[in-house]
Amino acid sequence: MKALLRRRWIGALLALVVVFVVMLALRPDSFARTTTMVTMARQTVIVGIAAVGMTLVIVLGGIDLSVGSTVAFSSVVAAKLLHGGHGAMAAVSGAIVTAAVIGLLNGALVAHVRLLPFIVTLGTMSIVRGAAKGLADEQKIDAPVRGLDALLAPLPPERAWMLLPPGVWIALAVAAVAAVVLHGTRFGRHVFAIGSNEQTARLCGVGVERTKIAVYAIAGLLAGLAGVMAFSTLTVGDPTTAVGLELDVIAAVVIGGASLAGGEGSIVGAVIGACLMTVVKTGATHVGLPNWVQEIVTGGIILVAAALDRLRHR
Amino acid sequence: MRLSIRGVRKAFEATVALSAVDLDLAPGEVHAVLGENGAGKSTLMAILAGAIAPDGGAITLDGAPYAPKTPRQAQDAGVAIVHQELSLCPHLTVEENVLLGREPTRFGLVDVAAGRARVRAALERVGAASVDPRTRAGELPSAAQQLVEIARTLAHEQPRVLILDEPTSSLGGADAERLLSLVRELRDRGVSILYVSHFLEEIERVCDRFTVLRDGATVGAGRIGEVDVDGLVTMMAGRTVERLFERRLEGGRRAPGETLLDVRALSGAPRPDQASFAVRRGEVLGVAGLVGAGRTELLRAIFGLDRVVSGEVRVGAWMGRGPRSPAESLRRDVGLLSEDRKREGLALGRSVSENVTLSKLPAIVRRGDVTRATRTWVERLGIRVADVDAPVSHLSGGNQQKVALARLLHHDVDVLLLDEPTRGIDVRSKAEIYATIDGLAAAGKAIVVVSSWLPELLGLCDRIAVMRRGRLGEARPTESWTEHDLLREALGA
Repeated sequence: MKALLRRRWIGALLALVVVFVVMLALRPDSFARTTTMVTMARQTVIVGIAAVGMTLVIVLGGIDLSVGSTVAFSSVVAAKLLHGGHGAMAAVSGAIVTAAVIGLLNGALVAHVRLLPFIVTLGTMSIVRGAAKGLADEQKIDAPVRGLDALLAPLPPERAWMLLPPGVWIALAVAAVAAVVLHGTRFGRHVFAIGSNEQTARLCGVGVERTKIAVYAIAGLLAGLAGVMAFSTLTVGDPTTAVGLELDVIAAVVIGGASLAGGEGSIVGAVIGACLMTVVKTGATHVGLPNWVQEIVTGGIILVAAALDRLRHR
Repeated sequence: MRLSIRGVRKAFEATVALSAVDLDLAPGEVHAVLGENGAGKSTLMAILAGAIAPDGGAITLDGAPYAPKTPRQAQDAGVAIVHQELSLCPHLTVEENVLLGREPTRFGLVDVAAGRARVRAALERVGAASVDPRTRAGELPSAAQQLVEIARTLAHEQPRVLILDEPTSSLGGADAERLLSLVRELRDRGVSILYVSHFLEEIERVCDRFTVLRDGATVGAGRIGEVDVDGLVTMMAGRTVERLFERRLEGGRRAPGETLLDVRALSGAPRPDQASFAVRRGEVLGVAGLVGAGRTELLRAIFGLDRVVSGEVRVGAWMGRGPRSPAESLRRDVGLLSEDRKREGLALGRSVSENVTLSKLPAIVRRGDVTRATRTWVERLGIRVADVDAPVSHLSGGNQQKVALARLLHHDVDVLLLDEPTRGIDVRSKAEIYATIDGLAAAGKAIVVVSSWLPELLGLCDRIAVMRRGRLGEARPTESWTEHDLLREALGA
């Protein structure tokens, strides 16, 4: 129990439960419905998958601002491939591989050219967004969906046994695997060590450059998967989608207890953070609060989370 | 010989850190490496640890050439180092730190059980069995952190050479005792230990042989017990005094006026400890001591950079108690020259003129005024720079230091706190800075100089006090000190 209370995401979890219970009490008939739950789960998938990658980057002591652009780019790549007559698997693989290459580029610039992660990904954010627009001829690409829309669509009655749409299950599986990698493997320990004290990690023989490149590549790959999910909900390849998504993703990770200075953070926390943001948004809509109130509340949660963390570390 | 070092040299640009180091380390012995601040001990240890490469000379380990290019190569060859500054990852747990870089794995996952067993065994060997391997390293007291660092070097195959750099400097009495018995135990198991320490009493108890470095060269070696403490101090102290500065040749003695800075029982957390002294107009007071004795902390506490626990600082008629700030100090005409000019003393990327005028700028800055003022100081201090708008980073170390000093002069402070004013700068700039300091004293400023270079203090100061483990001794006239006395006092020998 004591060990549980020491988790940095415990505050976010409490907030999630509180907001959830308040919503249930305020709107028992509309909020408590299964469809609402499933909708919220679907809405969390894109931010959630990207937040898993961002957690690795932030624990490493870095940042990735190119996530939103990468999501858009990979959704365009998927649409292009489908449009060209390729199958669903080819489209998904193409989108994910392209995104991983973008991540690899970020990693190489951070690790070998030794540019600041903020600068590198600020640059690639713009480059990738532009490339997405160019590739799509500045318009949405209609493409045959080839069943990809089923990833996040509400479940048809005959597949109600799945409980949640397949895309949600994929996101949960990604989070589970990432949690094991980050907390249970040598690679994961090295990510924490570099974020905590890079000099010491190098002194202990950790392959600092290699690890950094791998982390950014993984973050890119997951942004590509999030792009596939974006295509699935939009059913078009949209080069202008997910503008500013990186900020939601970073917010989810930070609410989940990660430190932007590196060395701290967890997958569970990031997932809780992503869920909390969705529940706040959905809940606000259900009680009829306008959009601008949601934005203020979300901003407030970020500041409270960061301030609480600072206080705890005094 | 386990480790044999012959004629190792290393220079950093113009500064020669090591000129000719010889050292022989036998299997299963504890070998003390002695020397004053700046004698070259740290550079030698960094070379052995694979952090920097020597310019020349030969090193062999058990007869084979030893030239590690990275810390990892040094470790793989069996040379482990425990640094003076703690270097753990604070966010990681004790076991994660101990295993870092060499985690045992099973089916791709870290084998927590095997790792923990190994960590527990290592902690037990260093007498820290009570430390929970799952605690975060950053939450441990520094003594325990030190033991964890040693455990890290023992958790894998036993090292052939273990380097301990000031291992007891952050430990209290009982912890230091435990560490000494650990050192003996490791020696008995055949580990060769290089023991770097300033505490001669400790060295007499634990070491078998010694090597003394002075000005980057080996000046003596032998068996502990053959030479007494006094003999060791003499070997360390006989540094060459460069005749850089002929003080007061024309003016004779300086004539100090009224007291300008009066420090009474000033205590920080944890250093300084009840420091008291006074400096008068036209006087230069020197503060000697070992690195880590609390000299920098003393200046920072006076200037208001570090928290003061108790005591007071009087500047002229003004009395400062409780929280003060650097801004307040500057208003009272007290200025500090930082020992770390790259990180603290200067805004390296900004121009010479911006740096000189930074602390005293009018609300509306007129470029012409700034340039004119800067030119004056460039001329008076002999700063070699063609363009006062050039970034400070383009200047040599000596000229950078003069820019930092010029800021205090431009601010026209009355009390100058100078921390290592000539560290790492060329001989010519040194001489010029000495002349400037002498001139400032003649102009009625009160000056405190902290320096690790004893000849500098002896040449420059009217009175010198020695700081040791946070406590400042009595300031006595320079004539009554010799380098040997100062060193003895600093070492507590």
